[in-house]
This record gives sequence, structure tokens and C-alpha cells, in this order.
Amino acid sequence: MSAFVQYTVQGLAAGGFYALAALGLAVIFGVLGVVNFSHGACYMLGAVAAAVLLDVLHVHFWVALAIVPVLLFLVGVLMERLLIRWLLRLDPLYNFLLTFGLSLILVDVVKRRYGVSGLPYERPAGMTGQVHLGGIGLPTYSVFVCLFSLLICGVVWVLLTKTRVGMIVRACTEDADRSRALGINVGRWVTPVFGFGIALAGLAGVMAAPFRAITADMGGNFVIILFAVVVIGGLGSILGAVAAGFLVGLVEAYGQAYAPTFAQVAIFVLMAGVVLFRPAGLFGRDETA
Amino acid sequence: MLEIAGLSAWYGEARVLQNISLSVHAGEVVTLVGRNGAGKTTLLRSVMGLHRQVEGAVRFDGSALGHRSPDSRARAGLGWVPDDRGIYASLTVSENLLLPPVVHPEAWSLDRVYQAFPVLADRRNSMGTQLSGGEQQMLAIARVLRMGSRLLLLDEPSEGLAPVMVQRIGEIICDIKAAGVAVLLVEQNVKFAATVADRHYLLAQGQVVESLSNKSFQSRESELLTYLGI
Repeated sequence: MSAFVQYTVQGLAAGGFYALAALGLAVIFGVLGVVNFSHGACYMLGAVAAAVLLDVLHVHFWVALAIVPVLLFLVGVLMERLLIRWLLRLDPLYNFLLTFGLSLILVDVVKRRYGVSGLPYERPAGMTGQVHLGGIGLPTYSVFVCLFSLLICGVVWVLLTKTRVGMIVRACTEDADRSRALGINVGRWVTPVFGFGIALAGLAGVMAAPFRAITADMGGNFVIILFAVVVIGGLGSILGAVAAGFLVGLVEAYGQAYAPTFAQVAIFVLMAGVVLFRPAGLFGRDETA
Repeated sequence: MLEIAGLSAWYGEARVLQNISLSVHAGEVVTLVGRNGAGKTTLLRSVMGLHRQVEGAVRFDGSALGHRSPDSRARAGLGWVPDDRGIYASLTVSENLLLPPVVHPEAWSLDRVYQAFPVLADRRNSMGTQLSGGEQQMLAIARVLRMGSRLLLLDEPSEGLAPVMVQRIGEIICDIKAAGVAVLLVEQNVKFAATVADRHYLLAQGQVVESLSNKSFQSRESELLTYLGI
């Protein structure tokens, strides 16, 4: 029983990264129609930025948690303004290729500068031990990651459902062309939304820094699973991205615990099942309905 | 109010609209009648700027729309009511109403919308697509009235609705007209078209084949029904 609870917490912690990053991916896809393949590289940049800030400027984890998303927001704004914007009118495949290329460049730049062996990052003070819940010892940091990512998802949810900007983002995520025909200047929201999505990936990266090996390649596998998450949740569904993020985290953790060789496969079996029986994803709306 | 001159449209190599010329004046209800595939919806989408493979001139309120984007056309006063009604499933009824910007001083207030459509007031906190088909149609029309659109582009509002609901939509269109708003209505339901419109354009194979007053439209109703095969 206690092992099961531990795996669950581990799964929810991993799911927190997926949920945050998938949320960014879903909002970007919804508003821009761009499948951002560089999302994994941006997650990696978030982790590397946290490590470098700690190493060079002695910036504490808690400060990095606030600063790095802002830095990644700026990275996103630059990417959108300088590159992505120019391909928006073309077939979505062009931006897919562009962001794929960008992620290769980002990964190699980081490799060149910091090598491939990984950067060290210590767990912040007070986050090293275990908390005891009903006699079950749980890693403090995992519990923090679960709660904090839920909190951020909640904050984003409130922004999306309770503000006018959020209403516009939801409308554009559902159907950007229709929103244009109703007088919404979708173009005005493209840059901030892209920056915001990248910032969420960066935030996931910072949270992963004390938890995972920080290497240039850490985003490669991550982005593949992220796409599975988005497909399971339903492309363009914000709630679906968050729910599927946690679901995939759990599947992965239980898989690693009970059937290690099957852990990665399980995610994609889940994805295949969802695609077979609910092609629009768990929370997606059927286009033909 | 709306002047279309020599409009042609393509899907890739296929020319689906040929040299369409028509006009809609302020406070007038004009229908486009034709079979499926005659190009009616493409015509509305071209006017809205959603279909971009077009040639020819579209003028609205005296100014050429040229290559203006759909959102700037909407802000100029074109009200888009698509055939699928275009209700946002992830927005509540009131959010659906409040989403578009107000573009004209004569835009309806939310209170006025709720007075005219009590059913929307009752369900203001429901998600948009939880409404019935007829309610969604009312919501789609109410949304562009709240926006203050001066010309409504209505794509088959009667489609798939129960007769009593079709009648209600007809009344709404007459109210809209009385308020000085123009309507360009795509319709296959000839009887319905005859009850609400001032003039009609017959569309076949992407061309305007005839322009009729409502009087001659009514007197030729049975002939038109055969002609349209509906």
C-alpha cells in the first residue's frame, strides 16, 4: 500500500511537468495552429537556465522559479517575432519543421557550451527529506512538485475562465477563423500566447532541475511524451492537456514500478487506445459532431 | 450597403463562383436561393474574407473591402452567422454574446438581447453547445446584434429546425429588418425565404441566373421548387 502511494506521488509529480508543458503546447496550438516541436528544447532551456543561474550568479531555486519563466517568455517572443510569424500563413507543416530545426539548434548550442554529461543541481533547502503522511514517507520535493503544478494549472485555469483575455484565448483555441469573423484580432494575441506557452515549458524545466539529470538531450524524450499527452487529452483542449498530463505521469510511474520494460510502451498503448475509441481525445470535441 | 461586382472564387483550379454581381441595401432582406453546391456558402465566406481565392470587388458602406482581414470586416459591421452556427462549446452563453467587440453605437445591450431572447437569459450560464439547435441559432444571431453589425450574413438559419422554431427565426429576421439592419440570407427553404425577404437572387453553378422581387418569387414558387429540386 505504502509503495503504491509513493508511486502515485511520483507519477503525479512527473505528471505535473507534463501537465504544465502540455498546457503551453495546447494554448500555442489552439491560437497559432502551430505544433511547437521545440517545446521539449524550451523545457530543457528552463532547466539549464536554472542550473547556470545557480552556478554563475548563485541565484537560488526559488528565485529561478520566478525569473526563468520570464526569460523563457522573452525567448518565446523572439522566436515568434523573428521566425514563426512569417510562416503562419503557410501550411502548418512549415512551422513544424521550423520548430523541429530550432530544437536541434538549441540542443546543440547547449551541448557545445555545457557538454553532454549533465549539470549538477542540488535540491533546494527544506526539499531534501521526506514528509510523512499517514505513516507513509514521501519525498518532499515530489509532493511540492505535485502541489505547485496543480496550483499553477489552477491559476492558469482562473486566468482562462475569468478574464476577457482568457475568454478570447479559449475562443481562438476552439476556432481561430471563426473568432476572426467575429471581429477578434487574433494576430494581436499570437505573440503573448506563444511567449506564455514557452514560459510554461520553462517553468516545468526549472521544476525538473532538482529532480532530473540536466542535459541538453533531456527535452528529446520529453517532447515525444508531450505529444502523446496532447493527443490523449484532445488537440486544442486545455483541460484535456492538464488531465492527460497527470494521467500519463501516473501510467509512466506505475509502469516503471510494476512492469519496467513496459513503462514507455504503456503511454503509447494508452494513446493508441484513445485514438481508436475516441479519435478526438478524451476531452476533445469531435470535429464532425 | 453591400455591393458585389464581378466576384469570382476558386477552390484550387475549380472556379466555384463566376462573375457574381449583387447588392443589398440598408434595411433590406435579400436571399440567395440555390441548390447544394451552387456556391451560396462560398459567396458568404468570400464576403466575410474567409475564402481568399477571389477576384472582383466587394464594397461595404461605400468602401472597398479588397484584401481586408475577416476581423476588420467584422469590425466594419459585417455580422457572420455561419451554417453550423459557430457557437463556442468552451464558452458560456453570455460569454458567446460578449466575445465580439462592440462595433457600432446602435449595438444591442446585453439586457436588450436577453429581453428579445428570454431563453438565452434563462440559460446564460450554460455552455454554448448545450443549447438546442434553435437556441444556438438564436444565440448566433443575438451575438452579432450585440456586436452592432449592420449587415448580417445568415447561412441557412432554418436548416434542421422544427417548424415552430423556423417561424420564430422568421420573426426575428423581420425584427432585425425593422431595426434598419440588412440581411443577406442563404436559404434552400423557398417557403421560408418568401416569408421574410424583399428580393431574391437565384444561384446556379456559381452564377446568378435570376434576380426576383418577392412578389414574382411568390407567384413562381412551385416552378422554383421544381427548378431547385427541393
